[in-house]
Amino acid sequence: MTQSYDAIIVGGGHNGLTCAAYLAKAGRKVLVLERRHLVGGAAVSEEKYPGFKFTVCSYVVSLLRPEVIRELELAKHGLQIVPLHGTWAPMENGDQLAMYADPASLREEIKRHSRRDAEMIPKYNQMMYQMVGAVKPILGYVPPNPVSPGFRGARTLLDFGRHLQSLDKKTFHQLSKIMTMSAADFLAEWLETDVVRAVMSISGIIGTKLGAKSPGTAYVLLHHYMGELDGAFTAWGSQKGGTGGVSDAIASAARSYGVEIRCNAPVQQVIVKNGRAEGVVLEDGEEIYAKTIASATDPRVTFRKLVDEKDLPEDLVRAIDKFKFRGSSGKVNLALDAAPKFSAMTDPAFLRGSIEISPSVDYLEQAYDDAKYGAFSKRPYIDVDIPTMVDPSMAPPGKHVMSCFVQYASYDMPEYGNRDQQRDAFGNAVIDTLSEFIPNLKDIILHKQVLTPWDIEQEFGLTEGNIFAGELTLDQLFFFRPAVGWADFRTPIRNYYQCGSGTHPGGGITSGPGRLGALEILRDGN
Amino acid sequence: MPRHTPFHSRTNVLCESQSWVEWSGYLSAQMYEMDHIHEYNAIRLSAGLFDISPLYKYFIRGQDAVALMNRVITRDASKCRVDQVIYTAWCDDEGKIIDDGTVARLGEDFFRMTTATPTLYWLQDNAFGMDVEIEDVTDAYGAVALQGPMSRDILQQLTDADMSDLKYFHLLETKLAGAPVNVSRVGYTGDLGYEIFADPDHCEKIWDALMETGADYKMLPAGMISLDMARIEAGLLLLDADFHSASSSIFELEKTSPYELGLGWMVNQKKGHFVGQQALRHENARGPATCTVGLEVDVLALEKVFAQYSMPLQLPYQSWVDAIPVYSDADQRDHIGRATSGTWSPVMKKYVVIARVKPQYAKLGTRIYLEQTVEARRFAVPATVVKMPFFDPPRKRE
Repeated sequence: MTQSYDAIIVGGGHNGLTCAAYLAKAGRKVLVLERRHLVGGAAVSEEKYPGFKFTVCSYVVSLLRPEVIRELELAKHGLQIVPLHGTWAPMENGDQLAMYADPASLREEIKRHSRRDAEMIPKYNQMMYQMVGAVKPILGYVPPNPVSPGFRGARTLLDFGRHLQSLDKKTFHQLSKIMTMSAADFLAEWLETDVVRAVMSISGIIGTKLGAKSPGTAYVLLHHYMGELDGAFTAWGSQKGGTGGVSDAIASAARSYGVEIRCNAPVQQVIVKNGRAEGVVLEDGEEIYAKTIASATDPRVTFRKLVDEKDLPEDLVRAIDKFKFRGSSGKVNLALDAAPKFSAMTDPAFLRGSIEISPSVDYLEQAYDDAKYGAFSKRPYIDVDIPTMVDPSMAPPGKHVMSCFVQYASYDMPEYGNRDQQRDAFGNAVIDTLSEFIPNLKDIILHKQVLTPWDIEQEFGLTEGNIFAGELTLDQLFFFRPAVGWADFRTPIRNYYQCGSGTHPGGGITSGPGRLGALEILRDGN
Repeated sequence: MPRHTPFHSRTNVLCESQSWVEWSGYLSAQMYEMDHIHEYNAIRLSAGLFDISPLYKYFIRGQDAVALMNRVITRDASKCRVDQVIYTAWCDDEGKIIDDGTVARLGEDFFRMTTATPTLYWLQDNAFGMDVEIEDVTDAYGAVALQGPMSRDILQQLTDADMSDLKYFHLLETKLAGAPVNVSRVGYTGDLGYEIFADPDHCEKIWDALMETGADYKMLPAGMISLDMARIEAGLLLLDADFHSASSSIFELEKTSPYELGLGWMVNQKKGHFVGQQALRHENARGPATCTVGLEVDVLALEKVFAQYSMPLQLPYQSWVDAIPVYSDADQRDHIGRATSGTWSPVMKKYVVIARVKPQYAKLGTRIYLEQTVEARRFAVPATVVKMPFFDPPRKRE
């Protein structure tokens, strides 16, 4: 049986759904094909233990573009994001760093560590606010080809140039530093307390196989500052029911515009004839035709799995093969019988916030050293989030789910044995490390789910388990993402487009690639 | 010196921000934490617990109780069955609103009235010649409101009564943590929720039980700031914000009628005589001078205003209560009314406003202009007339 659509989106992750929603809103007949049994890609909530919903991969939201929330009316479709209650970190000496969201409490707490830093943190935030202001307009640009920009690309470059020129000297100076320095060095220019630097530099290493002291990580830090919640600068929050709720809201919006979504429908290949995409073949052999095919998968899958090498220019093939994935993070999700008790935590309100196992800059760097050559950190950096502290819909009353984002792990860690043994060893290292700070942890674990980068690849199709569908370092952003000349959501194959996190503006729950990709498809009249 | 409610020993300890306002002579928490937003989110995700003891409360008993209620309120009290609650307005002789509130029928000849303004004298004056006993029980009862999607589950843990039997705008007498209480399924948040009345001696015990059980459901004690955001989302009016009481207004132009406030549906002209009936009949015949509408502010247009100053869009972080000019035109020449309260709604991701405008601008979809001040300059920002309540989840009634 063959059926025809205006557009087929390969991959029902949040960007694929976003792209589909925009195309359908513009009147196109759209089909989304998802390999798994549910949509969301890496933004899914799954009941992995009866009564407990896990935010399996991604777990917090901030970068979701406000224009997408508005244009797709996501609040009407179930988007409900609750801001986190500050950031808290235990220290190795039993003390704590409690980063309150309100400025007065924050100042008082930082004073305990350093009177100078108590005054410098607001200055630092002010500077970062200006950095974000300087860089944020880029999120809405379609990256031009810097080599042969064409008329439209030239205009974008001109706009961008004018924008950079409009920045004052101080901002420009900071901007060039943030583009080149390491997160730890950049922070050291502002702040003197080690634990403050350690906690604040972690945004620079998320999803990246680099250490806090590696040059280039300061930019990754900035990337994580570009979000907002209801206009509140850099605020992060949890979606009701987990990040799957964001995907469900986008899917619901997409369906309301007429999008058809098929789960358990893995695409084997894109049908290409005479350099033009005409449809897809599913793994079961079914062929479906459409005028436009858009891939919301990562660049490796988009260019190296779904289409044949002979349909692509050699330089693109080479660029995609060199594109850095090297997943560096894993995930441990726990179902808990009771609330965890952090021995250093004096204000339990911080259980509602981000909890960072990042007691010192050297701890972070040591974690990187361990993993550099293909292993996991013996004492890893862990970002703990307990959504059930505010959201009663994710576990039975009094019980909790605890999401632990862990860095570093490696795609293959042969020294620990086979894949199952690697996973067990990794999971145990995480729980042992957490237990140093949460003495009651092992007594309250009802169930655990451990994902190494390899597991993330197997289950979610993200190459080498990279959570951003390709690292977010400067050499892989904007007109480099995923390759020079092919960053404008198009591909060398006519009517074949890209709309996943492997394109601008990159990973995280942003919906940016999905929206921009759809707008480019529509601009081509497809 | 403001007084303490029967819950104060508990709320005082919890009120980390120590930010209190005076409410009818009592201290009332503005917010418990340093940031109201967590309390707001609890209301929409779990539940918020409010100390509403300062509400004025009156018992009206006797064989003329129905007659007195019917003389005072605009709705038909005889249609309110025992164990039912109605939301109603009451007016002066000129048909100008004195207050709105709830009337609960506790027995055949027994009503409880809750009000925002002192109403004893008004009930007494209207009861002239009637066989009725009016008692001010404001201090005789403490009260909390438990509001939010988890409120039913929380209450169910603490009582033998089947809470799923309690319908919207109905009440029941039961025991909560062993203490006798009157629970009515009403509220000021537009969500699933309850109001619980109890003897002051039992209030601490009830608060403790609710806090302990509520913790498992992520309930938070909540203050007036989050309540105000929720009530605006629910399109509910606030005294001294969206209207003034005719009984305390000095100037005629401050007074409004139920028709002007969108409460015309609660004026029952078919029942017998009530205070203000004749004036309201005339007003209804000629049409009200103004209409209360819901507005949705065009956030993109507001963003453009901020962009003129190279600033990102700034949204109100909490609700506001004010009198802001509303115009029919972008040039701000044709003044057509006032916006009286507004909030950015985090749950709807919309900037919603309650306004009172000339009737010809009250039609749904009408585009009008709201004055907004940015960097000390006034701008007319477009807004669209939309349906109220802005936020109306099915769980409120289900």
